[in-house]
Amino acid sequence: MRREPAQTLGDYTPLLFPAAMLTIFFVVPFGTMIAVSFFQRQQGGFYTPAFVYDNYARFLSAFFGGVLGFSLMLAIAVAVCCVVLALPFTYLLTRMARSVQVLWLVALLSVLSLSEVIIGFAWSTLFSRTAGITNILVALGLMGEAQALTPSFGAVLTGMVYQAFPYTVLVLFPALVRLDPTLTEAARTLGASPLKAFFTVVVPALRNTIVATLIMVFIFALGSYLLPQLLGRPQHWTLSVLITDQAIYQSNMPFAAAMAVFLVLVTLGLVALTVIAGRKGEAA
Amino acid sequence: MSSIFRQFYFFLIALFLALPLIVVAGVSINQKQTLAFPPEGFSVSWYGEIFLNPEWRNALLASITLAVLSAALAVAIALPLAWFLWRRVAPWANIFQLLGVAPFTLPPVITALGMLTFWATAGFYGQPWTAVVSHAIFFVTLPLVTLSLGFTSIDRSLVEAAATMGADDRKIFRTVVLPLILPYIVSGYAFAFVLSLNEYIVAYMTVGFTMETLPIKIFNALRYGYTPTMASVTILFVLTAAIIFGLVARFGDLPKLLGAMASEGK
Repeated sequence: MRREPAQTLGDYTPLLFPAAMLTIFFVVPFGTMIAVSFFQRQQGGFYTPAFVYDNYARFLSAFFGGVLGFSLMLAIAVAVCCVVLALPFTYLLTRMARSVQVLWLVALLSVLSLSEVIIGFAWSTLFSRTAGITNILVALGLMGEAQALTPSFGAVLTGMVYQAFPYTVLVLFPALVRLDPTLTEAARTLGASPLKAFFTVVVPALRNTIVATLIMVFIFALGSYLLPQLLGRPQHWTLSVLITDQAIYQSNMPFAAAMAVFLVLVTLGLVALTVIAGRKGEAA
Repeated sequence: MSSIFRQFYFFLIALFLALPLIVVAGVSINQKQTLAFPPEGFSVSWYGEIFLNPEWRNALLASITLAVLSAALAVAIALPLAWFLWRRVAPWANIFQLLGVAPFTLPPVITALGMLTFWATAGFYGQPWTAVVSHAIFFVTLPLVTLSLGFTSIDRSLVEAAATMGADDRKIFRTVVLPLILPYIVSGYAFAFVLSLNEYIVAYMTVGFTMETLPIKIFNALRYGYTPTMASVTILFVLTAAIIFGLVARFGDLPKLLGAMASEGK
């Protein structure tokens, strides 16, 4: 049966439930949040309907600028680390036997689905003084005394790379599966080493995919809301952490909502960039 | 790249992914209530604690109930939508496809905060069912993507044959379409289930003050100190995810599903 236009109004009935659910429970909450971002905050955690720009005006403070700058820097660092680690890995993975691929994909999905709470707990354990990685180094005689590696910037970065690495592999996977294997074969026949073939043939052929992946991992990392809190110091807090903190602990919903709206705009801008990068990829 | 170098590289990645979990697994079998690795003594009592301690057991039950219901609701939203988009030419209806993918693409804090302001304004803040609806919307992307893929893989001539023989839409759906897309329904449900089980921020912002799911319980326990039960719950979660994804891979085409999912996310 070919796709055909709806004949009667009754043909639209299947759309009713999904459309209603998505509108009431996604569009309306989104609108509510935007409305609240213009509301006036009252002492004691309440807010009253109003139309003020105060919540947005607070963005102009040095503190907010610092948090925003740090968030962006951290997300860029995570995206670069992940793509550098994941690109050769995914490339080699797609050239392995199917059963090995499936095994790795199951493992990656299992790590990807882990709660940030669990990832944070696992890494804080691994970086702790009593049960951490330094104990192994002490046992091997490489270190004199066990020490705590968290809270620190390195711990935050490691935790976030751990969280985003499986995601990066899964984003790269389809593009690398589709990559024409004759490309590298040709390079090899002409005498290039495997490493040289990878950097001179595979990487340039995937330039747009790499850019799109960097942006997607960047957005993913921007959403991390617990790891900076669990593995870092307050100066390592990101915009996502700050939003949670304002909404829950400071009870300043209007300001939290204003920051969330700002984060949406940043994200949407980046998604648009990804789409443009993807289009260029198709044209090439 | 030479084979030895490649194996070493894969070994390092595997170590990176597994190391935190190995340490947590080690910690979870400590005999005493201390955070120590290598483990001192051996005991599985911290696994028993999940089921025997009423607080952890309630959190486990809350998490499972939430995941079972919200994944079902997510499939109930995604199935008619994906079917409609496959059956009808209605370009404007693609807006709902976009709405279904949006919550998953945006940073999770945004969906969480939107839900918080919405439920607070509507006066239902803290009710357990609000978390079910919130999770269903948050994770509707997963069944939507797997089902869209399932529908595109249906051979339309099968459906046409049924129509020629006089079957109406309802009958075709039940006898031809449903059996063909059942694997995609199951995998969509499985993805939504596992992610809901692990989800923290949306659950916390909707019902965090009235109910404890396991991730909320772990986070609260983390703030007030350490108990080995956190480690045993972590291992339980990793195993659950691995078993469910293993089953999806065993009975479905995991590389194909993931291929579709990632390209949809763009």
